[in-house]
Amino acid sequence: MNAALEQTPQALRAELRDFYDDYALCLDDENLDGWIEFFAEDCHYRVISRENFDAGLPLGLIYCMNKNMLRDRITALKETTVYEPRALRHFISGVRVNGHDGDAIMAQANFAIMESLSDQEPSLNMVGRYLDRLRRTPEGLVLQRRDCVYDNYRIRNSLIIPV
Amino acid sequence: MNCKDNAQLEAPASSPIHIQRRWPKEGYTRIPNWVYTDPAIYQKEMDVFFAGRTWNYVGLECEVPEVGSYKRNWIGDKPVVMVRNEAGDINVLENRCAHRGAQICWQNTGKVKDFTCPYHQWNYSLDGNLQGLPFRRGAMGKGGMPRDFDLKQHNIRKLRSVNRGGSIWATFSDEALSFDEYCGDEVLAEIDHMLPGKKLKLLGYSRQLIPSNWKMYLENLKDPYHATLLHTFYITFGLWRADSKSECIPTGGGAHSVMVSHNEGKKVTEATSEMTRFRGDLTLHDLETVTPRAEFNRGRVGGAWVFPAAQFGIQANSLKTRHVIPRGPTAHELVFTYYGYEDDDEEMTRLRLKHANLLGPAGFVSMDDSEMLKQVQTGVTGYPNDHGVVEMGGRDTKPADYMVSEVLIRAFYEFYRNAMEL
Repeated sequence: MNAALEQTPQALRAELRDFYDDYALCLDDENLDGWIEFFAEDCHYRVISRENFDAGLPLGLIYCMNKNMLRDRITALKETTVYEPRALRHFISGVRVNGHDGDAIMAQANFAIMESLSDQEPSLNMVGRYLDRLRRTPEGLVLQRRDCVYDNYRIRNSLIIPV
Repeated sequence: MNCKDNAQLEAPASSPIHIQRRWPKEGYTRIPNWVYTDPAIYQKEMDVFFAGRTWNYVGLECEVPEVGSYKRNWIGDKPVVMVRNEAGDINVLENRCAHRGAQICWQNTGKVKDFTCPYHQWNYSLDGNLQGLPFRRGAMGKGGMPRDFDLKQHNIRKLRSVNRGGSIWATFSDEALSFDEYCGDEVLAEIDHMLPGKKLKLLGYSRQLIPSNWKMYLENLKDPYHATLLHTFYITFGLWRADSKSECIPTGGGAHSVMVSHNEGKKVTEATSEMTRFRGDLTLHDLETVTPRAEFNRGRVGGAWVFPAAQFGIQANSLKTRHVIPRGPTAHELVFTYYGYEDDDEEMTRLRLKHANLLGPAGFVSMDDSEMLKQVQTGVTGYPNDHGVVEMGGRDTKPADYMVSEVLIRAFYEFYRNAMEL
């Protein structure tokens, strides 16, 4: 029997909720090395506006076509990028299993990201949804594909920490 | 190099606003901070430049592929819409109903048979002509428009527009020069280089709201000096370096500019020690991100700034237009429109998308720019009566064949002072 289907729907949803919460914690802690461990080696990770997504346009603000590109993004953030310090909080809700594709689990969730700069009130930085394809490995679930589709018309200044 | 002065462009257009400000006595090597904060200055810029005798970028032909396809945009703070009409030509219309001024087009893109204002359902053709309005003869024998109300006198205004190689430009002015004369040979050559007449393929948009005056972005794109210092990826991987062969050419009397360089790859030279953000130890797991495939431009990067608010440029294999939309004295929107060519193979499309990681709000070399511009705006806002200094590379406005220069910014402010009567 297919491993993904052995669980009850409730159990799978609970497992996904834990997975998304752990993912959020990594980003909130700026633990970027921990963050990429949520991804498979042959992953696709893209941050794309709803405008592009709905129009079928492929351009992503961040478009990692494999895990090495995620590693390079971490290098850039740690070593080369000049940016104003900020604290982010990710709020993930509305976890939903959309189905199965062979061994893969198709799922989605909403995200809201609050941003606090050192001299300003917190503000809503971005809101949208994750559209995911996950694979089960001996170490647990990994993201094979994640499109972060944001509803914002515009990015507020810059997008530093990945979504 | 022939820097073509453009008399009409420099001549001030009419604006009812009179500015009581005194420019620093040193002239265009100084930039008074109030040009980035004063609401009266901002309003005069909207009148003199965006609504004046300038040509403004509106979009790409490939964004409106079919009859009725439209794209909304802004020229300064004025909403406009570009639409393909029944004859297959592209119109640029004011995006406001001739009745009470509501936007007739509320979405970024779409396709319509005609335009109907949702407020009172005045209906316009794709050429902006008023075709009809409800209750023109009233209801139950009462009300309605006066007998002599002439539909033809209440069309939506159609702007003068041109299509250059698939890019659409418009002007509010009947007195503006022709588009070719306005741009001049050098700028036109850059546009033609990037839009050689091949069919374009739209790849997508990125939009960001940067909390700084619109001119700060213009200056940033006329400032190769910062790019050789701030952007580690540029200097380390040779995408843009102080010791590369390059050109900074002010044109249009300083309004426009051409700024180009060459991708020379990773290298260490005498100049490297000055670039403290050069990282000889920096390696990438996926070097393809900084490695272009040879294309028509042969490693030539950069592009042209077309005054007031557009830039056409190449970086690696990513092709894009940048469009600045002022949103008040202390904010502007920056829109990148990425494209390729219809005859691109799959590999080239993939590279164009991959190299787009270098630019935009999350770009390896431009995340820093928007972060910096916010800091500059905060710095100047608190000290409106002080000024900035632009003397790198000398105090003149002559074209330079080197990178460490602020000549394009000086040339711009020479033009700006004249046009704004400051």
